[in-house]
Amino acid sequence: MTALLELRSVTQRFGGFTALDDVSCSIEAGSISSLIGPNGAGKTTLFNVISGLVMPSAGSLGFNGTDYTGRRPDEIVRLGIARNFQQVRLFPALSVIENVMVGAHLRLPRTGLLDFMGGPFNADRVDRLARSIATEMLDLVEFKSAGDTHPQQLTLVDQRRIEIARALASDPRLLLLDEPAAGMNPSESNQLGAIIRKIRDLGRTVLLVEHNMRLVMAISDHVSVLSAGKVIATGTPSSVQADPAVIAAYLGNV
Amino acid sequence: MLSSYQESIAIFLGVNVLMAFSVYVPTSAGLISLGQAGFMAIGAYASAYLTSRFTAFDVPFGLALFLGGAAAGIVGVLVAAPAVRIRGIYLIIATLGFGEIVRVLFVNFEPLGGASGLSGIQPLTTLSWVVAICLFFFVFLWRLRSTPLGRAFVAIHEDETAAEAMGINLFRTKLMAFGGGAFIAGIAGGLYAHFALFIDPSQFGFSKSAEAFLFVILGGSVNPLGPVAGAIVVTLLPEFLRFLQDWRMSFFAVLLIACAVWRPGGLISYRRAAHP
Ligand SMILES: Nc1ncnc2c1ncn2[C@@H]1O[C@H](COP(=O)(O)OP(=O)(O)OP(=O)(O)O)[C@@H](O)[C@H]1O
Ligand SMILES: [Mg+2]
Repeated sequence: MTALLELRSVTQRFGGFTALDDVSCSIEAGSISSLIGPNGAGKTTLFNVISGLVMPSAGSLGFNGTDYTGRRPDEIVRLGIARNFQQVRLFPALSVIENVMVGAHLRLPRTGLLDFMGGPFNADRVDRLARSIATEMLDLVEFKSAGDTHPQQLTLVDQRRIEIARALASDPRLLLLDEPAAGMNPSESNQLGAIIRKIRDLGRTVLLVEHNMRLVMAISDHVSVLSAGKVIATGTPSSVQADPAVIAAYLGNV
Repeated sequence: MLSSYQESIAIFLGVNVLMAFSVYVPTSAGLISLGQAGFMAIGAYASAYLTSRFTAFDVPFGLALFLGGAAAGIVGVLVAAPAVRIRGIYLIIATLGFGEIVRVLFVNFEPLGGASGLSGIQPLTTLSWVVAICLFFFVFLWRLRSTPLGRAFVAIHEDETAAEAMGINLFRTKLMAFGGGAFIAGIAGGLYAHFALFIDPSQFGFSKSAEAFLFVILGGSVNPLGPVAGAIVVTLLPEFLRFLQDWRMSFFAVLLIACAVWRPGGLISYRRAAHP
C-alpha cells in the first residue's frame, strides 16, 4: 500500500496553546479514512494544516512522495488536495453553479489579462467547459435544485452538498470533508455515505472528519482518533471502537 | 445633432464612466482604491507627451492612448505588489498616499511643465473615440463576469480564504484587478488630456479620486451598469441642479446618505434573499 498523504510530527501552536501535538499519520491512496475525536480535539486545525491555510509550527507534510510543507493553499489545490468547510463558506454573490465553477478554476484554460484582450469572445468555450464540469459535480452529489439559485436560499444540508461539489470540481486526488453530515437526518446521511463511496470508487481518496459514528463506522476503511491534539488510536472501525483509550477520551469529554 | 456644449458634456461623461470602471474593477475583487486620479494623471501626461511633444515620429492617437493606459497599468501593478498584501483601511490609506505622491511628482517634474502644467495638447479626443472606448470596456467588463478571472474577483471579494482554498492565487489575481483598473484610468486620462488641451497636476488631485470612488459607491459594483449609473448621476445632475448653486455638493451628500439607507449596495445592486 502506498501512502498518498503523509504527516510527520506535525505540531500546531496558537500562542501558548498546542492544538496539534506531534501528529504523525498516513493516508492510503484509494481509501476512505476517518478522523474522529471530541470537540476541540484539533480535527479542523489538522485540515487547515493539510490544505495550507495555516503553517504548522513544526513537522512536515508529504503528498504523493513530495514534501509540500509551506506551500500556498492554491498550490496545494494544484497538487490535488481539495476541501470543504465545517462552517459553510460558499460565495453568496455567486449562484450555485458559479460557486462550483470557481472550484474548477485551475482546470480551466488560463485567461491572463493579455489573452483576454485578444478575445473576450473566446470566453464562451471556457464557460461551456466550466459549466459542464460544474453540472457533472452537482449531479454526483445528487443536488436536485436549480443551479442558478443562490446558496443562501438553500438549506444548510444542500449548502454542504454544494461545497462537496465545489471541492470535487478541482479534480482532487485527496478530498478532505469536514463534518459533511452535520445537520443531516438518517436518510440524508445514508445518501451521503453512498455519495462518498461513489467518490472513492471514482479513484479519489477521502479523509473524513465526522461526529456521526454510524456513518463513520459504515464507510471507513481506517479510523484515527484525535484527542487534545494527539492521535490516541488508529485502526479499523471495529478495533478503534473497542479501544479503551478511545472510550475514555469520549467519556472524559461528556 | 448635439450642440458643442452637449458634446463636451457627453465627452466629459464618457471620461467619468471610464474612471468609474477603473474603480469598479479593483472593487469587484474587494480592493478599494482612493488613488485612481494618480493613474489618470500618468495616462494623461504620457499620452499627451507622445502626441504633442514627441517629435521623432507621429504617434497615432489610438496608440498614444494605449501606451498611456499601459504606463498607468504597469505603475498600478508595481504599486499593487506591496499594497495588495495589506487590507481594509490600510489599503485605502496607501492608495490615497499614492495619488498624492503622483501629483507631487508631476508638480516637481519640469520637463512636463511642473506646476504650471502642459499646454498646447492636440485636440484629438472626439465623441466617437469616447463612445467606442466606453462601449468596448462595457462589453469587456460585462463578459468578464462569466470568465474564470471574473469569478475569481468575486470569490476574493466574498471570502479570500475560501477563494484560495479553491485554487485561486490571491496575489496574482489582485494584481490583475488593480493593474486592470489602473490601465482603464490611464486611458481615461489620455482622453481627458486631448479634450481639455491643457493639463496640470491640480486637475488630478484627491477630489478626482474621491469622485471616481463616489460613482461606484453610488452606482453599485455588482456589474458594470452600476458604475455607468453612478457616473451619469454625478456628472449630469449638477447640470440640472444649477439653481442650487453652492448647495450642489450638499445635495450629493444627502443623495449618498439616502442611498446608504435605502440601497446600501448602490443603485444597481442585488436584493439579497433572506436565509430560509
Ligand atoms: N486560529 C486559531 N487561533 C487560536 N486557537 C485556535 C485556532 N484554530 C483553532 N484553535 C483552537 O484549537 C482547538 C482545536 O480546534 P479545532 O477547530 O481544530 O477542533 P475540532 O476538533 O475541529 O472541533 P469540532 O469537533 O468542534 O469541530 C480549539 O481549542 C480551538 O479553539
Ligand atoms: Mg472542527
